[in-house]
Amino acid sequence: MKRYLLPLLVFAVMVGFLGVGLKLNPREVPSPLIDKPAPAFSLPRLDAPDQQLALQDMKGKVWLLNVWASWCVACRVEHPLLVELASAGVVPIYGLNYKDKRDEALVWLGRHGNPYVASLVDAEGVVGIDFGVYGVPETFVIDKEGIIRMKHIGPVTPEVLRDTILPLVKKLNA
Amino acid sequence: MHRLLLVLCLAWLGVAGAQEARPLAEDPVLEAKVMRIAEELRCLVCQNETIAASHAELAVDLRKQIRQKLQQGQSEQQILDFMVQRYGDFVLYRPPVKSSTWLLWGGPFLLLGAALVGLVLSIRRRRVPASMPLQRDEAERARRLLGEEKS
Repeated sequence: MKRYLLPLLVFAVMVGFLGVGLKLNPREVPSPLIDKPAPAFSLPRLDAPDQQLALQDMKGKVWLLNVWASWCVACRVEHPLLVELASAGVVPIYGLNYKDKRDEALVWLGRHGNPYVASLVDAEGVVGIDFGVYGVPETFVIDKEGIIRMKHIGPVTPEVLRDTILPLVKKLNA
Repeated sequence: MHRLLLVLCLAWLGVAGAQEARPLAEDPVLEAKVMRIAEELRCLVCQNETIAASHAELAVDLRKQIRQKLQQGQSEQQILDFMVQRYGDFVLYRPPVKSSTWLLWGGPFLLLGAALVGLVLSIRRRRVPASMPLQRDEAERARRLLGEEKS
């Protein structure tokens, strides 16, 4: 009986590790930017390319930065949720229009609704690289001091919004 | 006349195409250096490929960044730091040894050590005691065999 104990123990440990491994998402790489100041940027607005918007302009408010593009299929999944969130007026959402064409982006917003206070044009994807973007859509929660508090990779789901993003926004606004 | 125009147009297209590919060949030394650094970096879109091997758009952009930074005179270490700042240690194919990664580096040796200890223990347990006295029939048989050899 005793000699079965050790293999059984090894087996149980392996099952434990594999079980946890199954639940992890290898596509989600923890961002080193969490709790660090957001990278500085100054980008033209999508609706008014002659106007620039910079990181300093957001100082003093908690805001969401949502990276999107008209070519991004997964963005369409989360978009209705963002539109809903914007109409609730809980937190301002700014868009980072990542490696997109201006006319296509505008058509896309016209068709699916525009939840953004403003969208910033990052045609070359350089600011995207500064934010460590590697899969669109991505959503950042940035606090009043301009520090990145959270990053969500992939479409925002109602669960993530309800359980993580909204409580965090509430806490940061308190 | 039309045919000549067409040929001229096609010829011009060929020239235009050739010009577009020029930046790569322009400075082979620089390009080799870009590729050497890109070999060290993981592409986050297709995680088992290096930035050098990947055709993902992000990899192309990051190679462009490496090229620009080299042209600005930045060192290889500066460029690697730039990438780690944005994407974390995960982008490095050879992650640094530090408190959060010692298990990654030491794990195989720990396992090897544990296996060796287990091996030694099990060999020791299995070893037959040397001074086990012979049974009577065994002693008889041994004597007989020895006796046969003598004669």
